[in-house]
Amino acid sequence: MNAGYLARRLLSVLVVLWIVSATVFGITQILPGNAAVMILGEYATPDQLKALELQLGLDRPWWAQYLSWIQGILSGDWGISMRLSVPVSALIAEAFWRSLALAAAALVAVTLIAIPMGVVAAMKRGTWGDLVISLFAYLGTCVPEFVTATILLVFLAAPERQFFPAGGYTPPGESLPGFLYHMVLPALTLCLILTAHIARQVRSEMSDVLASDYIRAARLKGLSEFTVIRRHALRNAMAPAVAVISLDIGYLLGGIIVVEEVFAWPGLGRLMIYALQNRDLPVIQATTLVLAGVYALSNLISDIVIAALDPRVRYA
Amino acid sequence: MRDLLRHPTGLAGAILLAVVLLAALFGSFLAPHDPQLFHPATRLQGPSASFWLGTDQFGRDLFSRILNGARTTVAFGVSATLLGVGFGAMIGITAGVVGGWIDSLIMRLVDGLLAVPDLLFTLLIVTVLGGGAGHALLAVAVAFTPGMARISRSAVLSVRTREFVQAAVARGESRAYIIGAEVLPNALGPLIVEATIRVSFAIMLGATLGFLGLGAQPPSTEWGLMIAEARQYMFRNPWCVAAPGAAIAIAALGFNLFGDALRDLIDPRGRR
Repeated sequence: MNAGYLARRLLSVLVVLWIVSATVFGITQILPGNAAVMILGEYATPDQLKALELQLGLDRPWWAQYLSWIQGILSGDWGISMRLSVPVSALIAEAFWRSLALAAAALVAVTLIAIPMGVVAAMKRGTWGDLVISLFAYLGTCVPEFVTATILLVFLAAPERQFFPAGGYTPPGESLPGFLYHMVLPALTLCLILTAHIARQVRSEMSDVLASDYIRAARLKGLSEFTVIRRHALRNAMAPAVAVISLDIGYLLGGIIVVEEVFAWPGLGRLMIYALQNRDLPVIQATTLVLAGVYALSNLISDIVIAALDPRVRYA
Repeated sequence: MRDLLRHPTGLAGAILLAVVLLAALFGSFLAPHDPQLFHPATRLQGPSASFWLGTDQFGRDLFSRILNGARTTVAFGVSATLLGVGFGAMIGITAGVVGGWIDSLIMRLVDGLLAVPDLLFTLLIVTVLGGGAGHALLAVAVAFTPGMARISRSAVLSVRTREFVQAAVARGESRAYIIGAEVLPNALGPLIVEATIRVSFAIMLGATLGFLGLGAQPPSTEWGLMIAEARQYMFRNPWCVAAPGAAIAIAALGFNLFGDALRDLIDPRGRR
């Protein structure tokens, strides 16, 4: 991996972020029903609208609005939430760490479960264990997060069982076990869906690799099956798998919005839904930008990891 | 078609799809009860002889409601996808055919939009347009557009350099003829496969929007909305949420399996 490659990728992330910022801005400001209408609702009088437009600077040309908005974002002034009257940056900072904890827990669990699952499915190809794993994988991609979450709630949080709380949040500073306890069900929901997806991908990559000539050569050399899998097969199957995991971060970000809403986990997703339902414009813009930024960054990181795993990749 | 059914995934997908399509077409005639009729005496019942899947919080028959919702759900998924494919193909084919800086500009924009996860994108558009089934449909279509644009562009590019297209160029055929008669029919395969699989995503997105209260509105029998409405009562009668949940899964699974089998059929190497 050379510096030029890194610089090019970094530049492309910046371009993507710029496009996203323009899109978010465009969607929320230029389309019919501008910010003033969004805030006041359809039944506002023209005078009220005019006053608010002046207050928000909506009477200026769109490029001037965009420039001052972007300037604010870059300098850390993300505006004030219209409903909660709190600086948006404070809201985001608080919510961001809660979401990150949830996402990280899900991602780590997924990686630990899904990769061995996929490898086993590929090694036992055609047996019914493979079939079960494939079936599970298909189901996982076809059941929306909110359904999985609701079913888990019925089974694990019903009043007569109460294995886990049905929702809510305890700050880790107050009680670490309580924090983890509340995290189990939302993390499990995300985990089930991602595991399905990633295990399926690892299985398909592994079966390709296991059928290749160099694996046959490694076996013929008399290496143990474990060494063949770990040293030769897994490494070659991992690069595409990492690519999928990074794509799945997109899924994870979408999933986290719904899951946080279902389990009342006060992260970015819940904040976003709250903002959407209450037409809190600065919060909508900020949450979207942060989520898209995280996605772009995770893609960058995965490209770097792929390049490190597979020396052939240089993406000219 | 026979090859498709010999394939185990294809067969499973075709069966599920047939069930879903039958329900979508004839569900409202087959339903044993009126889906909106309250039966106050039999609220939140489990499955029984007269209510096959039980009843919801108003005593409405769940089986009839699900049959009734099939049409809404399938129509939503298919039309959102078709719209998205339409927008996307127009943009992608234009980019692929015109080439040059217009192509680069369009594709950079598309890449930027692809960096926004589908659900996030859909939610944003719904915010601007306001909730409701029609707006949700449009939002899903727009969210699908960049992905479909990228796929149709690469399909066009892979066809463009082939001999039969070059022959048409050499014959001096018009640009419109080349696109319509030579490029498009040959680029269609991957588009159809992708669209079939996307229908399942559209169904899930539509249900999610319904669940969040941003899509179909009560008393619609949309499945996501049914789950949202029954959530308060799910501990008293799990069937209220399990039945529509299973219905969503069956519909999404049918389109997904069928699309996968189609892909294997068109391109045996390209299975992912």
